[in-house]
Formats: sequence, C-alpha cells, structure tokens
Amino acid sequence: MTGKSMATPLTQNIIPDREPLDITQYQQAGGYQALRKAIKELTPEEIQQAVTDSKLRGRGGAGFPTGMKWSFIPMGDDAPHPKYLVANADEMEPGTFKDRLLMENDPHQLIEAMIVSSYATQADVAYIFLRDEYKLAAHCLKQAAQEAHGQGFLGKHILGSGFSLEFHIHTSAGRYICGEETALLTSLEGKRAIPRQKPPYPQASGLWGKPTVVNNVETLCNVPHIINYGAEWYHNLSHSEDGGTKLYGASGRVKQPGCWELPMGTTIREILEEYAGGMRAGYLFRGLLPGGASTDFLVEEHLDVPMDFDSIMEAGSRMGTGGMIILDDKTCPVGMVLNLERFFAQESCGWCTPCRDGLPWVAHILQAIEEGRGQMEDLEILEMHTQFLGPGKTFCMHAPGAMEPLQSALKYFREDFERHIREQHCPWRN
Amino acid sequence: MLSDEAKKEIETELRQYEQKQAGSVEALKIVQRRHGWVSDQHLRDVAEMLEMSLEELDGVATFYNLIFRRPVGRHAILLCDSVSCWIMGYDRLYQHLQNRLGIGLGETSKDNRFTLLPTCCLGDCNHAPVMMVDEDLHRDLDPEKVDEILGRYQ
Ligand SMILES: Cc1cc2nc3c(=O)[nH]c(=O)nc-3n(C[C@H](O)[C@H](O)[C@H](O)COP(=O)(O)O)c2cc1C
Ligand code: SF4
Ligand code: FES
Repeated sequence: MTGKSMATPLTQNIIPDREPLDITQYQQAGGYQALRKAIKELTPEEIQQAVTDSKLRGRGGAGFPTGMKWSFIPMGDDAPHPKYLVANADEMEPGTFKDRLLMENDPHQLIEAMIVSSYATQADVAYIFLRDEYKLAAHCLKQAAQEAHGQGFLGKHILGSGFSLEFHIHTSAGRYICGEETALLTSLEGKRAIPRQKPPYPQASGLWGKPTVVNNVETLCNVPHIINYGAEWYHNLSHSEDGGTKLYGASGRVKQPGCWELPMGTTIREILEEYAGGMRAGYLFRGLLPGGASTDFLVEEHLDVPMDFDSIMEAGSRMGTGGMIILDDKTCPVGMVLNLERFFAQESCGWCTPCRDGLPWVAHILQAIEEGRGQMEDLEILEMHTQFLGPGKTFCMHAPGAMEPLQSALKYFREDFERHIREQHCPWRN
Repeated sequence: MLSDEAKKEIETELRQYEQKQAGSVEALKIVQRRHGWVSDQHLRDVAEMLEMSLEELDGVATFYNLIFRRPVGRHAILLCDSVSCWIMGYDRLYQHLQNRLGIGLGETSKDNRFTLLPTCCLGDCNHAPVMMVDEDLHRDLDPEKVDEILGRYQ
C-alpha cells in the first residue's frame, strides 16, 4: 500500500462503478497476504492480542472493543465445538449504507477478514447474515466465496494447515430487528427473530448454544489490515483514542450525499463541509443524527465535535453507525421524529410490552401533534415514554434506541413542537 | 401443491443447513420465487419437509415482511419510507404512485401488475428517494423517473 491507500485501507480497492476485483486482481493488490501471514506465522492468541492493541471498536453501533469481545470465546482443547463466526450484514439502520459499499465493491476483503477472524477465534463455521434486499452484494459475495474455495482459502485444511472453515451466506427476509445480534442468531436458527436474554452472551452460548462471535461487516474488514501492518500503524490512522479509520456517511439535503473512509475522530464539520459539500443552496443546517436513526440529535454547537465513540457520547449522543442524517430548515422536525418513531413502532419484534405498546402510542401522539391536534400535556407524555422505554426497561436495545432521537428532539426543537400545538397546524405545511 | 422443482430445490438447500428448521426462511423464499407467494397448502407442504409444526412455520412466515402470505401482483414495488427518503421526497413519490396505479400501500393494482409495499431503509440513502421493483434498485427518483421505470415492468 502507498500514500492514499495507506490512509484508507478499507476502501483502497474501491473505485466507484468498477467491477470488484476478482481473486487474482485482489491478490495482486496484496489480498490474502494477511491470511497467509495469520495461518503460517501467527497463533490465534497473537491475532487476538493484535486486535486488542489496535483499539478497534465495533462498527455495528455499540462500539464494543473487538479484541475484548473475542477474548470471551472459549479457546483450547476443552472449548465446545462447533464454534461460529457471524458477519452481521443486516444493515437496516436508516441512514446507513457503508456495509453495502464494502460488500458490493470489495467482497474478497470481507471474506479474507472472516477467514482470519475465524482462525483467531478458532471458529469451525462462518456465516454472513445478509439482508435480502442486497441482491448485488449477495451476487458479489457468492462469486468471491466460490473463487476463495477454488484457491483453497475456504474449506478443509486451508493453505495446507490444520485449520478448516465451512462458509455460508444466509440471505434473510426483512425485519430490522434481525440486526440485533441475538435476534440475528435466533433468525439463523430458522425462527422468528426475537432477541435473547443477555447474559449468557453469544460468545458463551450463541448459535445452537455454541460459542459464537457476531461482528459487523466494517469491523471485520479492518482485521486483515491490522495483521498486515500491525496494531500500532492501525491505531495511528486515527485522530482519536479509538483506532483506525471509519466509514462516515451523510444523507439529507447536503450537496454531495455519500460515504467516505476518514480517520476516526474527523470532526462533524469537516465531514459535512469538505466531503458532503455543505448544505444545498436554499437550505440551512438545523441538526443531525450522527449515526443512524437510533442516535440523539446534535445541533450547530456540536459541529466541531470529533466523530469518535467517546467524543460523541460526551456531546450527548452516540456515534452509532456513523451514518449522519441531516435535518434542514425546510423539513419539519416533528414530522421527522414522527417518521422515525413510526419506523421503530413498526419494527418492534413485539416480544416485550413496553416496546410493543409504547412505541405505537408515541407514534400516535406525534401524529396528533404533527396534524395540529396536539395538547401541551402530550409533550409530558412523550417525555415520560423516553423514561419508560429507556435502557433497562425493555428486553433489548430497540426501544431505548428509539427514544434517543425523541428525547433530544424534545430538547433541541421544543419550540417547534410547541408551535404545532399552539397554532394547531404544522408550520411547514401550507 | 408444491411443484416438484420447488421440492427438489428445497431439498438441495436443506443439505446446507445443520438443522432442517434453519432452512425455513430459505425454503419459504424458494416457494415464493416459484409460486409468487406462500399459500396455506404450500405452507403445509414445507412444514412437512422441515418437520416443523404448521403453526411454528406460519409464525416464521408471518414474521418476515418479505415473505408474502397473500397473493401479490406480477411485480412488487418496495418503496422506502425511512427517514432519509422521507426528507428527500417520499411523500411526493407515494402520492404519484397512488395516482398512477390507483392503489395504496399493501394493495395490488386491478390489472395485477403491481403490488405496492412500504419498506425500511434500503441502504442507499445517498441516492434518496429510492425504491426496488422486484430485484432492481432504482435511485434518485422523481415522479417522471418513476413513470419511465414502471413502463419497463409489464
Ligand atoms: C435493534 C438493533 C438493530 C441492530 N442492527 C444492526 C445491523 O443491522 N448491523 C450491525 O452490524 N449491527 C446491528 N446492531 C448491533 C448488533 O446487535 C451488534 O452489536 C453488532 O453486530 C456487533 O458487532 P460489532 O461489535 O462489530 O459492532 C443492532 C442492534 C440493535 C439493538
Ligand atoms: S425491546 Fe422491542 S424489539 Fe426488543 S425485545 Fe422488546 S419488543 Fe422486541
Ligand atoms: S432511508 Fe431510504 S434508502 Fe435509506
């Protein structure tokens, strides 16, 4: 790797509108070197240590340190088998389109990453759990997997070693909740995608009760580069305490919506102004969700906050997936929150009562306010819900995630809610 | 009744899975690809193949929104109604589709050509608003573009 590609390892092979590299081209570009190095020179424990040292944190939303996650997998002769590694490619968080980019444009990178990660956790079987709508990604990945099999990178005795890996691509059939890692495992077992109680965590008891690691696609794609160039190099790519680069996205009324790989900790302002090109002519910035639908709004005063897990947390939100959704001045904030809460209400799996009954109620109240039928007391009822459906009150993080944009909208756009109620109509509608 | 081809395809797929039930979603998708939707009779046949109770398989079939338990038109339109598409003009597109096809969400046009369904974020928000028709993604939409696209699906 040189220059620019050193700075953007995950997207180095990606050129828009070009076919992805096939296995020969991918190897010419340095691909499958990490696999060779891992299997020939490194022990699983050494790889786990390198991932820990790199300060890689999960890119699926929660930002859990990847090395630590792997360290809970039972290793050694007494470990139960088969063990599983699952790539979470369900990507359904509104505003997020980074995993699609990685899978459609460099499928071998994910496959190599999964083989190395399976070796590091001594998994016997690896799955990609892919949302059904990603037809092109499914096609690219299937082709790449076939090529990898042909070269002896998948299957029995990989590169002549004692390590074997069975590999499957599972395409799903809709429902946002499948992305929640325990619901995902239930779904892989062929059932309704209902989350499971934690603990036990999947590393102890996952797919069919066996040790399982679930990682996001982008998280995994970092691993080969950490193996090739070392934990320190990787950590230094970042502007912050968390290691590496991040795929940031921007959608809404910006000049150039898109997805860019940048140093972790790049400021919101730099992403919005230099990469997304600023607001479209005639639109003013009012706020943004930094990392998908289930993150708290941030506003003007937060533009200089670096996009990394801890800094965004300090600013009162979460980095989530890094897919920023921009609210402009010609879009009604109440309407936007109504859209979000309808989504969450519809996508509740229905297992626990606060979420199943509370989210439709929230959506109902928001609709009344948006249509000019709201009362001032409704704002209190909404605020109550942000408590009742907050962390610890429901079976999984779906409902608490749903409350994040609501609670912050009530804080930053309160005047807009009150105006709907006072004037008894939406000021954004004629 | 399930066609022999569908049965064979399901049997081949099931060999991939460690337990038969794990193939349930895939089996239902195979039925749907070949028959358009999953009827009660199909469901019974698949349940038998998977050694699952009918109730449990129906629980699976009705959980996932891309499994159709009712007949659909020749083409399914999946219109993204999530937040970025909403900001970028979902309402206008929906209005337009309603007028053009004479149907609302969840309905099938009289000529049986299209079924219009809402869908969550399609992961293409930088090209909002977007929709899928069958397996094809259509991006950066406006009403004129929608008309031209609909014309391609007969
Ligand atoms: C409702 C809900 C939906 C989620 N959807 C996804 C998803 O689509 N993709 C994903 O990678 N993680 C998703 N997650 C996070 C996963 O549960 C899990 O934290 C993640 O896959 C772990 O991978 P990581 O450690 O590499 O980030 C979701 C979580 C919740 C609560
Ligand atoms: S919080 Fe919602 S999505 Fe999560 S288990 Fe409860 S009902 Fe299901
Ligand atoms: S919100 Fe429509 S594609 Fe993401």
